[in-house]
Amino acid sequence: MSATIPVLILAIPLFMFIFLGLAGKKMSHLLAGILGTLGMGTVLVLAYYTAFHYFFSGDPAFISEAGERLQYIVFNQTWLQFTDRLVISLGFFLDPISAMMLVVITTISFMVHLYSLGYMRDHHGVFEKGFQRFYAFLSLFSFSMLGLVVATNIFQMYIFWELVGASSYLLIGFYYTKNSAVSASKKAFIVTRFADLGFLIGILVLSFYTGTFDFTSLTSVPVEGMANVYHVDLSTPNAVLGVFQSSAAPMFMGASVLTWALVLIFMGGMGKSAMMPLHIWLPDAMEGPTPVSALIHAATMVVAGVYLVARLFPLYLMEETSLVIVTVVGAITAFYAAMVACAQIDIKRVLAFSTISQIAFMMVSLGVARPEFHEGLGYMASMFHLFTHAMFKALLFLGAGALIHAIGSNDYTAMHGLRKYMPVTHWTFLIGCLAIAGIIPFSGFFSKDEILSACGNYSPLVYVWMSMVAGLTAFYMFRLYYLIFWWKEHKIPEGHHAPHDQAWTMSLPLIILALISCVAGFIPFGKFVSWNGEPYDFMAHFDWGVASISLLVAVLAIILATVMYRKENSLPEKFKNALPALWDWCHHRFYWDELYMFITHKIIFNGICRPLAWFDRHIIDGTMDSFAILTNKASELIRPLQSGQVQMYVWIYIIGALLLGGVTVLCLI
Amino acid sequence: MEIKAIYYLIPSLIMFCCGLYGFLTRRNMIAMLISLELMLNAVDMNFVIFNRFLFPEQLEGMMFTLFAIAIAAAETAVAIAIIINVYRSVNQVDVRTLNQMKF
Repeated sequence: MSATIPVLILAIPLFMFIFLGLAGKKMSHLLAGILGTLGMGTVLVLAYYTAFHYFFSGDPAFISEAGERLQYIVFNQTWLQFTDRLVISLGFFLDPISAMMLVVITTISFMVHLYSLGYMRDHHGVFEKGFQRFYAFLSLFSFSMLGLVVATNIFQMYIFWELVGASSYLLIGFYYTKNSAVSASKKAFIVTRFADLGFLIGILVLSFYTGTFDFTSLTSVPVEGMANVYHVDLSTPNAVLGVFQSSAAPMFMGASVLTWALVLIFMGGMGKSAMMPLHIWLPDAMEGPTPVSALIHAATMVVAGVYLVARLFPLYLMEETSLVIVTVVGAITAFYAAMVACAQIDIKRVLAFSTISQIAFMMVSLGVARPEFHEGLGYMASMFHLFTHAMFKALLFLGAGALIHAIGSNDYTAMHGLRKYMPVTHWTFLIGCLAIAGIIPFSGFFSKDEILSACGNYSPLVYVWMSMVAGLTAFYMFRLYYLIFWWKEHKIPEGHHAPHDQAWTMSLPLIILALISCVAGFIPFGKFVSWNGEPYDFMAHFDWGVASISLLVAVLAIILATVMYRKENSLPEKFKNALPALWDWCHHRFYWDELYMFITHKIIFNGICRPLAWFDRHIIDGTMDSFAILTNKASELIRPLQSGQVQMYVWIYIIGALLLGGVTVLCLI
Repeated sequence: MEIKAIYYLIPSLIMFCCGLYGFLTRRNMIAMLISLELMLNAVDMNFVIFNRFLFPEQLEGMMFTLFAIAIAAAETAVAIAIIINVYRSVNQVDVRTLNQMKF
C-alpha cells in the first residue's frame, strides 16, 4: 500500500485547519463551512478506502494465510533519536482497531461538519460569530484524532493525545464570552492534564525498562501458552522477549514495574475517558456547541482511553492486576454515571453521564477479556461497543442539538410533547434510545450483549452488576425520551413559531446515523477485530440465555420508565419524596464537584498555596528586596561626593596624591 | 660661582605652587587655565633642568619639553573653545556656579 493516501488522510485536515484559520476571515461564512465539510468528505472517502482495503483486499501484507489480520506500518519516519533503540517516530499504523477507528472518526466528523452548517446559525439563518474559527478547530481536532489512532508508537500517541486535549479545550471554550464555557474549558484542560501526567510517567517508566516506544514491539510480548500473538518482525534488536522479562521483574512497592507503568498509563486513559474520579470535566464540557459534544465528548476523543488500553492489551494481559483495576474502575464508574444520569435536568448532561457510563462498559469489557474465554470476547465486544456507541451517541447528541436549537434551552422542562412538532428528530432520537437501551435488533443490543457475555464468563458478580447498569441505562434514556417528546406540550407564546424540524443539513446526519444504528449490529465484527487478529464468528458464542436476560432487563426498565414518565403524574414526585437523599445525591452528582472544590480551594489553595505564596513574597522576595534597598541607601550616602565643583575634585585629588605619596615614602623608609 | 641645579629648581617649585594656588582659588575659568599653564611650564622647566644636570650628553628631556609645549598649546585651544561656548550658553564663566554636571 502506498503512503500517499494515508499521508493525505492526515494532511487534509491539517491543511484545512491552517487554511481556514488564516484565511477564514477573508471568505464568507458559508464558503468556509462548505470548504471544511468538503475537506472532511474527502478524508472520509480516503479513510473508507484505506479501511476497506485493509479488511477486504486480502493483501498478504494485511492478512496471513491462516486468515489472521496483521499489523501493518504504512510509513514510519524517525523524528527524534535518543539512543540506538529508543527512537520516536511519526508514522501510520494499520491494524484492525485503527482501521475501525478511521471509519468511526471520519464518519462522525463528517456528519458533524455537515450538521454544523445548520446548527451554527440562528433561526434567521445568520451565522454565528466565529463560524470559520469553529470549522478550523473542527479540522484541527479531526487531524489530531486521526493522528492518535494511527500512531505507530506510544510517544506519537502521546503527542496527538495532547493535541486532541488542546482542540477539545478550544472547542469547549468556543463561546469565550460565556463565563461558564470558559471555566468548563479550563476544567477539562486541567483535569485531563493532571491525568496525562500519569500517562507521561507511565510512558517513561515503560520505555525506560523496555527500551522501546513501538507498539509493534510492545504488543508482540509472548504470553505463555499462546503460540503466536501478533506476527511481528522479530528483527527488532535484542528480541523483545528479554525486554519483558526484565521489565516485569523489578518490584516497586509490592507490584512489578510493568504493573505500575500500565496503571499510570491507564490513569491517562481515565482522564480522557472520564473514569471516576477524573470524570468531573466531561459533564461541564457540554458548555461547548452541541456538535462538538457529539464529535469530541461522545464519539471519538473520550474513547481514546479505551483505545489506549486496547492498543496495549497484550501488555495488560501480562499483568492481571492492572486488568482488575481497569475492571473495578469501569464497573464503579458505569454504575455511578448511570445513577446520576437518572436525576439530571439538562438533557446534554444526561447524555454526558450516559456517555461516561457507556465508556465504562467498554473499559469493563476490556478488563474482563481473557484469551481463554471465547478467544478474548471482551476485547472484541469493547471495540464493537465503541463502534456502535459512537454512532448512536452521536445520533443522540445531534438530536439533542436539534431540540436545543429549536427550543433555545437545554432543560427538558422547557421541552415536553415535541413528537408532533419534530417528527424526524423524534423518530431518530427514539432509534438512538432503543439502540443504547439494547433492544433487538438495534446495534446496542449486540454490542452490549457481548459485553455482558464476556462479564458473565469472567465473574457472575460483574455480570449482575453490569446488567443492572444496563437496566438503568434503558431507564434513564426512556425517562429522557418521554420527558422531551411526550407530556403535554407548552403553550406557544404569541408571535412565536411552533418548534419544527431543522434544515436538511441537520436532519440528514440524524437519518444517516439512525440507519447505521439500525444495521450496525449485524456487522460480523469478530471477523474483523479480535484481540490477536484471528477472526472468529461471534455468533457461535452468542449466548441466547444472556441475550434474553439482558433484553428482559431492558424491556422492564423501559416499562418502568413508561409508567413513571409517559404522562405527567405524581409517581416521580412521590418517588423523589420517598428517597430525598438519593435524589439529592444523584442530582448533585454525588457531590464530586463540591469535593474537588473543597480539596482544591480549601486544602490546596488555602492550606498549601497561601503559605507558600507568603513565603515567596516575604522571605524570598524580601531577601532580594533588602539587597536592593541596602545598595540604594549606600549610594544615597556617597552621592554628594560628586558635587560638580571642579575645584573640590582637585582638592580631593591633591590630598589623595599626597596621602599616597606619604604612604609610599613611609613604606620605603 | 658655580650654578647648581637647586637654583633652577626653586623658582620652578615657586611657579608650580603659584599655579596650584591659582587653580584652586580662582573662580574665573580663564584664570584657572592660566594657572594650569603655569604649572605645566614649571614641569617643563624641571624636565630641562634634570636633563641638563643628570644626563648632559642626551636630549630626551629637551625633546619631551618641546612635545609638552606643543600639546599644551593644542589643549589650551580646546579649553578656550569650551570656555567660549560655556559663556555663550550661560553668560558667565564662574566654575563655582557651573555645577550642572554633578551626579
